Amino acid sequence: MKNLKFLLVGIVFGIVLTKSEAISWYRIYEMFKFQSFHMYGIIGSAVSISMIFMFLFKKGSIKDYLGNQIHIKEKKKGFIRTLVGGTIFGLGWALAGACPGPIFVLLGNGIISILIVLLGAVLGAFIYGLLSKKLPN
Amino acid sequence: MDYLLQPWAWYVSGPLIAVVLFLTYYFGKSFGISTNLETMCTIAGAGKISDYFKKDWKQRDWALAIVTGLIIGGLISHLFLTNSQVNMISSETITDLQKLGFTYENGSYVPNELFSLENAFTLKGFSILLIAGSLIGFGTRYAGGCTSGHAITGLSSLQLPSLIAVIGFFVGGLIMTWILFPLIF
Repeated sequence: MKNLKFLLVGIVFGIVLTKSEAISWYRIYEMFKFQSFHMYGIIGSAVSISMIFMFLFKKGSIKDYLGNQIHIKEKKKGFIRTLVGGTIFGLGWALAGACPGPIFVLLGNGIISILIVLLGAVLGAFIYGLLSKKLPN
Repeated sequence: MDYLLQPWAWYVSGPLIAVVLFLTYYFGKSFGISTNLETMCTIAGAGKISDYFKKDWKQRDWALAIVTGLIIGGLISHLFLTNSQVNMISSETITDLQKLGFTYENGSYVPNELFSLENAFTLKGFSILLIAGSLIGFGTRYAGGCTSGHAITGLSSLQLPSLIAVIGFFVGGLIMTWILFPLIF
């Protein structure tokens, strides 16, 4: 069971996303309405503390569990792809009130109809794959 | 224990998400969820239609383990870590949603108007959820990441593409919430 540790990481992440209410459709609406600091606090503190980890990874102060240097993958560059892709994602994020992680967590919370959103998300990824060479970067 | 059962504050949750990111890298992988959507296409046989999906999905089985964990984590929270019907949502939000025809039930994560099985399987309800999902799936793959891959991983490692993507996330989210919601609902 080499993937057991990843299963456990996922379980912890699923509990945190539930208990923080980051999986809440209402919280996402509230965030885009600027009516609460909650979601900004979650994302802001997650990013700030991750920044320290990333710095230590890059510096080599923290190695992975096998003692290897940790490399941070570079994101694909391209102004159009990130801005247009990001905007399309944002439209879906606000409408479904869930991003990819929470889709799975909501399923665990017994929200069966989120499977329709998941089906759409897999279809959307499929359509992207078909068009990927034709889309501007 | 009661403390654990209540919704957690942002200053507890945010740092814990950073710990999840730390563990993923410590175990030798990158933090991000949405690539799994492509892996699922590959498993469903999309490689027969497009070379884009001709990949060895077993190389990403660790990420599928994380996704499986997300579902189990949700289930554990649902069964054992929730006692409350506490309302944490701001009253302004609840009033605004009432104007759009949504009622908020204390402790619920999603509105019945969209997600109850009766409403999700009407033509309008099904279309909304399917289109929302498609926008998420297409957008995140075109942008190269979602909230975890871009907003958390990319911003914290100071990558410019992620900053542009996150600006896009908000442009899209604000257009949907402020302009399209009153038209759709």
